[in-house]
Amino acid sequence: MTVQKSVSQTMMALNGDEAVAWAVKQSNVDVVAAYPITPQTIIVERISEFVHNGEVDLEFIKVESEHSALSASWGAALAGARAFTATAANGLALMWEILYITASTRTPVVMAVVNRALSAPINIHNDHSDSMGARDSGWIQLYSEDAQEAYDNTIMAFRIAEEAMLPVMVTLDGFTISHTLQNVSVLPDEVVSSFVGVRKIPRVKLPSIHGDKEVPLMLNPKYPVTFGPLDLFDYYFEHKVQQNEAMKASVPIIERVHREFAEISGRSYEPVHMIPYRTEDADVVLLGLSSTMSVVRKVVDELREEGKKVGAVRLRVFRPFPADMIRRELSGFSTVGVLDRSLSFGAEGGPVFVEVRSALYSSSSKPAVYNYVYGLGGRDLPPKLIKKAFNELLEARGEPGRPVVKYLGVRE
Amino acid sequence: MGWSPLIEIRWHGRGGQGVWSGSAVLAYSAIKAGKYAQSFPQFGPERIGGPVTAFNRIDDKPIVDRGPIYEPDIVIVIDPSLLKQRYVPQLLSGLKKGGYFLANSEKSPSELREELKLPEEVHVWTVDATTIALEEIGRASPNTTMLGVLLAATNLLPVEYLEQGILWRWPGTVGERNINALKRAMREARSDPAKEVVSV
Repeated sequence: MTVQKSVSQTMMALNGDEAVAWAVKQSNVDVVAAYPITPQTIIVERISEFVHNGEVDLEFIKVESEHSALSASWGAALAGARAFTATAANGLALMWEILYITASTRTPVVMAVVNRALSAPINIHNDHSDSMGARDSGWIQLYSEDAQEAYDNTIMAFRIAEEAMLPVMVTLDGFTISHTLQNVSVLPDEVVSSFVGVRKIPRVKLPSIHGDKEVPLMLNPKYPVTFGPLDLFDYYFEHKVQQNEAMKASVPIIERVHREFAEISGRSYEPVHMIPYRTEDADVVLLGLSSTMSVVRKVVDELREEGKKVGAVRLRVFRPFPADMIRRELSGFSTVGVLDRSLSFGAEGGPVFVEVRSALYSSSSKPAVYNYVYGLGGRDLPPKLIKKAFNELLEARGEPGRPVVKYLGVRE
Repeated sequence: MGWSPLIEIRWHGRGGQGVWSGSAVLAYSAIKAGKYAQSFPQFGPERIGGPVTAFNRIDDKPIVDRGPIYEPDIVIVIDPSLLKQRYVPQLLSGLKKGGYFLANSEKSPSELREELKLPEEVHVWTVDATTIALEEIGRASPNTTMLGVLLAATNLLPVEYLEQGILWRWPGTVGERNINALKRAMREARSDPAKEVVSV
C-alpha cells in the first residue's frame, strides 16, 4: 500500500470488526440484518450500539439465523435499500442457498465474512475454508490484510457491488484481524458519504401493457416484478453465462473504485487484484492471501539480507480471479509457492493453488508451482516456517519427483 | 533505554481480571501518543478464572508482525496465583535477556526472584497490585495498576496518554479511580535490576 495526498483523517484504535462497523456507519447503509457468531460478533454489537445511540440512521433487523440474515438483506436490497450483513464459518454455510440467489438475481448486498474454520470439530479460529467454499457462488471476494484494509474494502465494496450489480464479500481473518486492536485511519463522515453516495437503481422499460414506462428495477407494489422465477432448459443456461460475464465485467469497476478511493484516502492498493513485493529480480515468489502476507514480506526482507532472491505476491481479489494478471506477473519466475489456508478435500492442493497453477498452465513459460497448506483452525504460521518454505522452494527448482502439495506446520 | 524499535509485551492473568482490557488500554494510549500498536488476546473464548494471555506490540512504524509473541521484551503477570514454580516455564518462555518481568506480588522483587528462580539477566519488578486495586478502584482488577509498574520500569509512554487510554475504556469515576491506582503503582513499584544489564 502506498500513501499519497489525502484529506485529513483521524487515527483511531480499532480492531478489525470495529473497523468494519465504522465503515458501515459511514456508508449510508439503509438495512443491516445479521446474526452474531464468533469472531464476527463485535461487528453486530457495534452496529447495534450505533443504532441504539442514534449515531446512524439504518434499520437493524434482528433475525433468528444466518439464512434469514441474508434473506432479509437480499429482500431489502431488491426493494432498493443499501443492505449489509456479516457472518463467519457455519453462519456462512447456513446462508448457502441464499448466497447463490443473491448473486444470480444481481443483488448488490455487501457482506463481511470474518474468516473462521468450519465444523466439525468446532473451531472458532481463523482459516479460509468458509469463504473459499463460497468461491463459486457468484460473489466478488476481497481479502483484507489488516483492520485498515477491512475498513477500506468495506467502503469500496458498496460502490463495487452497486456498479457491478453483484454482491461483494469482504473477508478479514478471524481474531488475527477481527480481534486485534491497531491503528486505523478513519476518513471524515462526509467524505465517505459522498464517496459512496446514494444507491442508484438501474431503470428498465416496462412491457407495453404497462404503457412503456421506465421504472427503477426493484420490488415495488405499483409495478410488480418477480426476481428469480422459474427458468428451465430454455433460458437458464444463457442467464448463467450472462452472470459469468457480469463477473468478468466487474474487473474494471473494481479497479476504478480503488483508484477513486486512493484519491480521497491516500491509500492505494495498486495494482488492486494482487500486490507484488520485491519480485523484480526474484527467483522464487510466495503467493498468498490476507494477514499472513505481512509476515511473509518481513521474511522476504530477512532473506534478501542473506542475498536470497525471493519475493511475495498478495492476492486481494480472489473473485473475479485475475488469471491474466497471474500469467503476466508470475510466468517469469522459476518457482512459485502458493499458500492456502483451506483444504479442498480430494483435490490436488488448496483452491488458490489449483487456480494459480491452472492459469499458469496456458502461459508459454511455466514456473514450477508448489502448494503449502497451512494454518487450518487458527494454527499460527511463525516466520521460521515461512523461511523454511522459501528455502525449500529455492532448492526445489526443477527437482523432479518433489511432492507438489505439502502441509506447513502440521504434526507428521 | 536502548529499546529495539519494536517492543513486544505478553500479559498473563486469569479470565475476568482484565488482561485484554489492560493491553487494549496500552495500545490505545500508544496510538494516541503517535505510535503504532497492536493489542490482542490469546485467541479464543475467555473463561472466568482460567489462565489467559494477551499481547501488545508497539513500534514507531507500521507493524508487520502478526500472531502470538514468542520472544517478549516484557512479561506482565497480573495474577499472583500464577507466580508458582509450575507456571514459571510459561511465564518466562522466550523472555529476552535484559527483558522485564513485572509481577503483581506482595513480595519484594529479590524474594520473588529467589523463590521462582528467575534468571539473573531479567529485571524483576513487583507491586502489591491487588491491594492497590481493591483500595483505589474497589475491585480486584489489577490491570491498570500493572500499567503503573510498566511505566515505572520502562518509561514507555508519558503518563497522560495512559490516563487518556483509561478514560477511553472506563469513562468517569471508574476511570479516575483506575488512574489513581496506576499512579500509586508508579510510586510503590520496587525493582531488582538484572545482574548484567543487556539492553533490549
